[in-house]
Amino acid sequence: MAEDTGTLPDQVVPTRDPASENGSGSPGSADPGAADVPDLDAPPERRWTWRTRLWRDKSLLIMTAPAVLLLVVFNYIPMFGSVVAFQYYDIYNGFRNSPFIGLDNFERLFRDPNFWMALENTLTISAVQLILYFPVPIALALMLNSLMSTKLRSFVQSVVYLPHFFSWVLVVTIFQQMLGGAGLVNTLLRNGGLPTIDIMTDPDTFALLVTSQAVWKEAGWGIIVFLAALAAIDPTLYEAAAVDGASRWRRTWHITLPGIRGVIVLMLVLRLGNALTVGFEQMLIQRKAVGFQASEVLDTFSYYYGVVTSDFGYGAAAGLFKGVLSMILIIGANKLAHAFGEDGLYRR
Amino acid sequence: MNLTKTSRRGRASREAAAEPRRNPRNERPNQRPPWEEPPTVAGNVAKGATILAVLAVILLPIYSVIMTSFSTKASVDAAGGLVVVPEGGVTLNAYREIIQGGVVTRALVVSLGVTVVGTAVSMVVTVLCAYGLSRPRSFAHRTILFTLILTMFFSGGIIPSFLVVAALGGYEQYWSLILPSAVSVFNILVMRAFFANTAPELIDSGRIDGASEWRILWSIVLPTSKAVNAVIALFYAVGYWNSFFNVLLYMPAANEKWPLQLVLYNYVTQGFTMAGTGRTELGGYLGRQQVAHLSLQMAVVVLTLVPIMLVYPFVQRHFTKGMLIGAVKG
Repeated sequence: MAEDTGTLPDQVVPTRDPASENGSGSPGSADPGAADVPDLDAPPERRWTWRTRLWRDKSLLIMTAPAVLLLVVFNYIPMFGSVVAFQYYDIYNGFRNSPFIGLDNFERLFRDPNFWMALENTLTISAVQLILYFPVPIALALMLNSLMSTKLRSFVQSVVYLPHFFSWVLVVTIFQQMLGGAGLVNTLLRNGGLPTIDIMTDPDTFALLVTSQAVWKEAGWGIIVFLAALAAIDPTLYEAAAVDGASRWRRTWHITLPGIRGVIVLMLVLRLGNALTVGFEQMLIQRKAVGFQASEVLDTFSYYYGVVTSDFGYGAAAGLFKGVLSMILIIGANKLAHAFGEDGLYRR
Repeated sequence: MNLTKTSRRGRASREAAAEPRRNPRNERPNQRPPWEEPPTVAGNVAKGATILAVLAVILLPIYSVIMTSFSTKASVDAAGGLVVVPEGGVTLNAYREIIQGGVVTRALVVSLGVTVVGTAVSMVVTVLCAYGLSRPRSFAHRTILFTLILTMFFSGGIIPSFLVVAALGGYEQYWSLILPSAVSVFNILVMRAFFANTAPELIDSGRIDGASEWRILWSIVLPTSKAVNAVIALFYAVGYWNSFFNVLLYMPAANEKWPLQLVLYNYVTQGFTMAGTGRTELGGYLGRQQVAHLSLQMAVVVLTLVPIMLVYPFVQRHFTKGMLIGAVKG
């Protein structure tokens, strides 16, 4: 490769330009045999009105109908169904006949100490996860990327991806069997005459427990994106730096980390945008073990008030509060990403 | 943009494309490049220790859960809990007991049924929608795509969704475990990206021969995208198999309709924290002296685990690609 670039000095520009490379569109567009068959690859022509195009694509539209219908029924109607947050909702009266009570549900919400407790728990767990969980996949990806043996690398990868496919019930059960009162670790400690640990039912360390479960289940899965970003770094940069005498750590600091900076920022934006969504099923499953004072988060608050106690308007108000705050967080996180000169979720 | 500049760059890259500059698989080469210094001993030890720790933390719990489910009561008693080395021998009694009818057997049937039917429904809807949106410049495809993607970022929340399903009569009905979660927009985007890359020559030739869109999808696009279809089907299947919250939401009290995850939750996870209550409904016919209760519980855990382990090697080969295509082209 070195001598190739030596003989062709002005062709080193690596940027590919797909538009000019592919040449002229699709070859089928000039085919005379396809005259009366509508060619979807041809550029849209003036003489086709929207009616013609609608008729031409009717089977395609019919194909998308089931998915659109399901999303309308189970996603869009619930979005508008959020109006129950402003109602004294009664299941027998439905959306239309339940009386509107303005912001009463929200007033009640902001006076409810349990709601503030849920918000505080959510933010605490989110912060702990941001600090302790977020760096793990990056570190794992860097470590895996430095392995030379392809076999070892793909073996480790297939093991760390595995827990992603387990359900939360399964993960919590496995944690109980390992760390619970009668679990493997405590049995060993007891046999060794050591004091036992009580992390599965201790409300004070619950945020740590939840985070370690999230790391166990998802950290391996999280490395996929970072590994792809690492693979996209031009290897000649490393070579050039090494020739210039940069050590392994300096190459990591000056090439690797800047190379995956965009992906790190994107993941951070997604994480911040989802800061109010923390392991809903995890909390439900472990609610009895640690008590609701430690495990109540915004989602479980909404669920328990809304569905379990049938106070639908109140639960929906908590849900809507979370939704609006999440939207503000997503926009804020993107602004932050733009301030760092990165794209984030959407461009400026 | 400057026209001449564009064309010059285009020509340069066209010629440069003749000899690939990079490793085609875009991975690190298997050989250490000559300019890279050999690893230090400390570095290798640290790396090896990290790998071993990571593997042990993931595999050891799974191993001992499986081992306990196969252990005799003597082994479980000797270990005083979860078994690592079965000193008292192994047995299939725990499985024999829980599949003899009763809670677990019923739950297994429900789980398999919901998974199979749900995956079929999801796949039909996803394939149709992905193809319907994959044809370039088709009518309104951008609008529809936007409508779909919007649902990835906004949702009505738990309560309104529950109220809608309840209003449609879905309470304690099996369809409430399938239809509300049948469409994954992410999967549609992944599949759409694959369909859009199906060789246009094939599709054009089909169209010239007078094939309808349905025929093209069935006879050309589907046969050429078997791998991605299989992977997405397995993703859906894993999702249905693991679904927990929507069961809790839509049929919290209907324990004769519970799938395996709910049985695991109620008789193992919660049964464990409420220790000392003695026998739960898992102990069927053989009685306590032959099978340890813990073995029964772990057998339920293994039953929920087995289908995942069976499909995993197959999914694992493909999902990285799918993930990234969905992420980049979505």
